[in-house]
Amino acid sequence: MFLNQFLLLAAILFCIGVYGVLARKNGVLVLMSIELILNAVNINLVAFGAYWHVNDLANVSGQVFALFVIAVAAAEVGVGLALVLLIYRNRQSINIDDVDMLKG
Amino acid sequence: MLALLVAQNIAFYIIAALMVVGAIRVVTTKNVMHAALWLVLVLSGAAAQYILLAAEFVAITQVLVYLGAIIVLFLFGIMLTRAKTGNDDDLDNKKSAKFIGAGIGIALLGLMGYSLIDGFGDTEFGDLMVQRTAEVSDSIFSTYLLPFEVLSVLLLAALIGAIVIARRD
Amino acid sequence: MLNMIDKVWIIPALMAVSFLVILFFGKRWGTKVTAGIGIASVSICLILSVVVAGNWINRVNNPPTGTALAAEIVQANGLTPQTGQTISEEVNAATKDSGETVATDSYGASDESVPPVVRTVTWFQIGGLQFEMGTLVDGLAAMMLITVCIISLLVHIYSTEYLRGDVRFTHYYAFLSLFTASMLFYVLSSNTLQMLMGWELVGVCSFGLIGHWWEEKKNTDAALKAFLTNRVGDIGLILGVIITFFAAGGSSFNVLHLNEYALSGNANTTLLLVGALCLFGGVTSKSGQFPLHTWLPDAMAGPTPVSALIHAATMVVAGVYLIARLYGVFFSGLAIGSSTFHYVAFIGGFTTIIGGLLAFVQTDLKKVLAYSTISQLGYMVMALGVGAWTAGVFHLFTHAFFKACLFLGAGSVAHACHHTFDMREMGGLRKKMPVTHATFLIATLALAGIFPLAGFWSKDEILAGSANGQENAYTIMLIFGLITAFLTAAYMGRAYWMTFWGKYRGHAHPHESPRVITVPLIILAGCAVVLGFTNFPKSFFGFKLPGSFTTRFEHFVEPTFAFPPIAHAPFTPWLAIASTILAAGGLFVAYQYYEKNRGPHGLTSRSKIAHAGYTFLENKYYLDNLYTGVIAGSTTGPLARAANWSNQNIIDGAVNGIGNGARKIAGVVYAVADQIIIDGAVNGSGQGSEGAGQLLRKIQTGKVQQYASILFAGAVVLAGVLVFVV
Repeated sequence: MFLNQFLLLAAILFCIGVYGVLARKNGVLVLMSIELILNAVNINLVAFGAYWHVNDLANVSGQVFALFVIAVAAAEVGVGLALVLLIYRNRQSINIDDVDMLKG
Repeated sequence: MLALLVAQNIAFYIIAALMVVGAIRVVTTKNVMHAALWLVLVLSGAAAQYILLAAEFVAITQVLVYLGAIIVLFLFGIMLTRAKTGNDDDLDNKKSAKFIGAGIGIALLGLMGYSLIDGFGDTEFGDLMVQRTAEVSDSIFSTYLLPFEVLSVLLLAALIGAIVIARRD
Repeated sequence: MLNMIDKVWIIPALMAVSFLVILFFGKRWGTKVTAGIGIASVSICLILSVVVAGNWINRVNNPPTGTALAAEIVQANGLTPQTGQTISEEVNAATKDSGETVATDSYGASDESVPPVVRTVTWFQIGGLQFEMGTLVDGLAAMMLITVCIISLLVHIYSTEYLRGDVRFTHYYAFLSLFTASMLFYVLSSNTLQMLMGWELVGVCSFGLIGHWWEEKKNTDAALKAFLTNRVGDIGLILGVIITFFAAGGSSFNVLHLNEYALSGNANTTLLLVGALCLFGGVTSKSGQFPLHTWLPDAMAGPTPVSALIHAATMVVAGVYLIARLYGVFFSGLAIGSSTFHYVAFIGGFTTIIGGLLAFVQTDLKKVLAYSTISQLGYMVMALGVGAWTAGVFHLFTHAFFKACLFLGAGSVAHACHHTFDMREMGGLRKKMPVTHATFLIATLALAGIFPLAGFWSKDEILAGSANGQENAYTIMLIFGLITAFLTAAYMGRAYWMTFWGKYRGHAHPHESPRVITVPLIILAGCAVVLGFTNFPKSFFGFKLPGSFTTRFEHFVEPTFAFPPIAHAPFTPWLAIASTILAAGGLFVAYQYYEKNRGPHGLTSRSKIAHAGYTFLENKYYLDNLYTGVIAGSTTGPLARAANWSNQNIIDGAVNGIGNGARKIAGVVYAVADQIIIDGAVNGSGQGSEGAGQLLRKIQTGKVQQYASILFAGAVVLAGVLVFVV
């Protein structure tokens, strides 16, 4: 197996996620796209972790980092969905382009 | 050994293809519920990839946390915001925004693809050793103890924050 | 005798258990049982503390020697985990170094050294670094144990009457227990991490008890203010704990280790200086030093027994205790005794003056006492800052009793006068409340420093310490001290005469409080009379007592281990006379002015300067306005306004301004220069700028996703530059 297989897969998922973040209007879907991005990063971390683990058996940093990212992602989704709910309650819609009070 | 490697490769490509298709459907489908279900496919694919990478613990955590918790959260989010059942045409931004997004995504992909192929051209994995959970736990609770503690505080803060933001008052 | 000194952890643990029991069963079992549990636990704690003190005195009289001492030293310093040697090896090494006499060089111990008793258990371990929990008992800790337990016990008893029928009676007692537990935990801490925990715990209790009657907005505001002001200092404390940890080699939080390392001269002086300054930040807030003292007067919103226990006798001296405990760190970090700028002493001295002045304009009896507490805390800090360790700690000890007596006395008065503390509605209470009056008078005289009451001895030691301290010259501190001696007597005289003499001005029918209230007052007043003699000077106007009766406090409380070499100022007759005259003068002036109505009354309405001074004092030097108005105000409202302004004026303004400016310039040029030549060009550029402005303005859409696409596009461009160009 090549290391690149995983890295390229991660890159593809990342870019799809970026597209989703930019192109979707629905708040929940934007959050899902962010999850895609985070997963891509995780695949990267685990792939590199496995790669280094072959040389240094005590080194599992990649996995540890991936776990941390999962935990952070969980926190992010929690807060993000709470925000979406709040927006929904206030405006009966979760279209995030309606929320533009910072307009110049 | 070789046969095993081939089998691994085949598995990888099948799963990768499913994941890419799933991911594309997540960002293109017109049904919010379907998007969540396609996301399930991508996330479980990622778990399978972790197993291929001999990272069992992360794979299990992925299943438990992402599939078990985060997806459920998403489903709740979808239900609580009374998303339309069936197709909804109002999920995407304007065409121009979609084009810009696609352009940026493709540019990013080209750039990353180029640098990855340039940088890791034919780097191969050696013989993958299973990264045992014991090693992971040793690492978390010695080298990464402080980040771990900080992370737990972060989770607590997020918990309180989510409650404060979402409650009715 | 029972050896408690090894198992001293039982004392705070007992109070913690009492807290839990009251918390969970208090409501069910009723107020009587609740109060009973609290009082019983504190009584047991007091007995155990006395036993500990006895053990300690015994230990000072029969100090361990030889191998036993070496083993103690090793244990006290917590050295073993770092060097990787076993205890016995360390002991051997230590004994070998010193022979039968003790390790003089390596541990800063000399022949007479009595190391504190340290007992630790490992808490947790990270990467070879061992974190310990433990107790440290020495004279200072034993003294604090007794002080806290006595006052806590009296406050527990007193509160049964003072808070009778209160809705949150059990809540109150639970907090009292928790507070006592935390304070005992704090004074027994063997390392700075533990001290930090105790420090925060007492802070929480203070918050909860100040806001005990939270139905009134004023009280919750006061609680919040106390909590937030303390947060400011606590940041300093946390930083200080971390920095001193690294300054002392980064191997241990053990206080003895820190002190000893700081004194050994191996420590990085810059780190030590910064660490000591940060720690002093914590002291500044907790012990109400200038400029973070503003929370303490507001904290009087809590029930009076709480003010006596927490905001006069025990919690607020936590900062003073911190300096005393980490004296090695402060001594070398801030170069007490060798530096030319005496930071600690100066802040302390300054605080005494400003606290003393503020006490004059208060009409609330408790606030007078609160400012007096600030002033006296400044005295203690000043004493520690000039190197008069024993004097500072001794003043802490005596002050705890007579100030608690004053507060409880004020509470007794308020109890009689329908819970008002306004001195304008009191007066003439001395006949109606004879016991309260007598105890209040004794405590007032003690605070003013009248011979032979407790305050006289401790205040005098501080003044002597400033006069003949480390380098014989703390003139400015001495002046601060003498002025404060006068001020203290004067404002206490004012409070006393306004409350107990003249005619009764209120509308209630004051009567003497019941025994539950007066007995604690009598006990505290008794303490205020006798405790001064615990540190009777070696020679008092040529009068000499046998050696075993003089300077007992110094002998038993002052550490002899990991402690800087400090001089002890002898009793100074002229200072004692001068300070007594000043105090008497202060009382006399107050008597003439407030009781006999002599002197320049109405000065504030006649003289503008005096009026300005009065207003300045009444507004507490405008510090509160500075904090809430200027600092907090400038970071919330104006910050938002600044952001809005920059949005409106800088971003839009720049864009529009370019357009408008260009048009204006164009206009000027149009008028001045020949419009025929450059007319078209000028108009074009003007319009072009405005058009660009309008175009750029569109970027500021407020739509997150457009920002995100700019972000990602920028990232792509940057990454492209990095990949292909660099």
